[in-house]
Amino acid sequence: MRRILPGFRLTLGFSAVYLTLIVLIPFAALTAKAFSGSWHHLWEVVTSPRVVASYQLSFGASLLASLINGVFGFITAWVLTRYSFPGRRVMDGLVDLPFALPTAVAGIALTALYAPNGWVGALLAKVGIAAAFNRLGILLALVFIGFPFVVRTLQPVLISLSEDVEEAAALLGATRFQTFWRVVFPAALPALLTGITLAFGRALGEYGSIVFISGNLPFKTEITPLLIVAKLEQYDYQGAAGIGLVMLLASFGILAVVNGVQAWNARRIYRID
Amino acid sequence: MAGAIQDLTTLRNATRPRRATEEGPLVRWALILVSVAFFTAFLLLPLVAVFAEGLRRGAALYLQTFTDPVTLDAIRLTLITAAIAVPCNTVFGVAAAWAITRFEFRGKQFFSTLIDLPLWVSPVIGGLIYVLLFGSQGVLGPWLQAHHWRIIYSTPGIVIATVFVTFPFVARGLIPLMQAQGVAEEEAALTLGARGWQLFLRVTLPKIKWGLLYGVILANARAMGEFGAVSVVSGHIRGLTNTVPLQIEILYNEYAFAAAFALASLLSLLALVTLGVKSYVEWRARQQLEESQS
Repeated sequence: MRRILPGFRLTLGFSAVYLTLIVLIPFAALTAKAFSGSWHHLWEVVTSPRVVASYQLSFGASLLASLINGVFGFITAWVLTRYSFPGRRVMDGLVDLPFALPTAVAGIALTALYAPNGWVGALLAKVGIAAAFNRLGILLALVFIGFPFVVRTLQPVLISLSEDVEEAAALLGATRFQTFWRVVFPAALPALLTGITLAFGRALGEYGSIVFISGNLPFKTEITPLLIVAKLEQYDYQGAAGIGLVMLLASFGILAVVNGVQAWNARRIYRID
Repeated sequence: MAGAIQDLTTLRNATRPRRATEEGPLVRWALILVSVAFFTAFLLLPLVAVFAEGLRRGAALYLQTFTDPVTLDAIRLTLITAAIAVPCNTVFGVAAAWAITRFEFRGKQFFSTLIDLPLWVSPVIGGLIYVLLFGSQGVLGPWLQAHHWRIIYSTPGIVIATVFVTFPFVARGLIPLMQAQGVAEEEAALTLGARGWQLFLRVTLPKIKWGLLYGVILANARAMGEFGAVSVVSGHIRGLTNTVPLQIEILYNEYAFAAAFALASLLSLLALVTLGVKSYVEWRARQQLEESQS
């Protein structure tokens, strides 16, 4: 193996030690704590009704939010890459706002908007919809924080699509919608799925914005990360570690899905070539 | 003159027949309208709400927020935390990116997945793992207590949790850039007699400076705004272990809404500045990459 450039031992050694101290040892501590009691007890903790209700809410709300972001993220990425209109550049720059805005700030801002006396909440209250301190509020916050993922994974793909293919489709008699649905959309699908999965993963772990808007009622508006904090506040370290381990496994599952989508896409491109 | 030419092109665009690879004007404007409406309702409105709520009770009360000693302590702790976490992660990011883009080694894929980990897991987990390691019931808890060292519910814990949530940013910013740039210039410098640090400081660093800055500002924004992980390890001791986001939560829960939103507007400004610098740096990095490839 050629190693002409210097610094292999230094850089790899340093970063490996750093990662071991910051990530591997603490994760080992989490796993050890989760299994410190009996298996039976661990299983009881992670399948108790209140915890299961929180999984259902976290998964359901995250899935719905990431699908909503899939639709509007696709339209936004399309509009930003294909059309020119006043304010396009500003909008393009501000798409990343949910990345840059601290989650606590987003949390209190969304709560102020959607509370019964807020700008939007007051309108919704007139038609009998309660957004803040309700499941709808959780959904709205998750849509906010997941939005950039779909747009940012789709944009480079939509830019790199060659116009020749679309011209060829048009020459062969396809309508514009047929060209989109059968030529452009399949090419953008892997990026769309990746973006949706990333938004889903981010939504699943979100804490800061939800804690303000959800009202945190057990069985009703209590998401899983919040339950970890609740366990810690009751000094139930083992319970917190157990639920933490479940969430960690879910994150690895999402990572596997993203890698799977990318591998599928690579195979597909290879077949087309 | 430029205006006249612009008018002419718009005129031509308006009268020329639609090309086969674009949508009709009705579809086009409908899509633009939908995305702008969604963007305004979901992204702009919360941002505007922060400033509106902060200023609702007048500018005097707004400014008064920033004279409160507890708030000033929170700002100081946030600055200290970022001043430690960001440089540590910058060194780590450069080292990791150098190892990953310059060499082949076993376990590289695993190594690179590990770097992304904090982007995947909940920030709450980022706090929880250190409570389980350093907390009183944790693995190292009894030993730390015997030596009278406090990590959890104290500044070191906040710094470590912040290091955890921010360590991918610099490495993530550098890896694709350094991969695309290749090693030709480094190898040329090597044959000309450059060694070690000289090679890095005079050849590599100028090539990657914009990508590096990109990672640093994103890491800094996250370090100053982190809530979940820090909230778990801080234990909410007023004035002692409150960062700005935690202080916002406390003010909000005490119904001091104007003060909470005033402080939140400070972090919103930081976010806007970060996005502005990010757009500029992205543009410069792209330029630099094109230069090095041409």
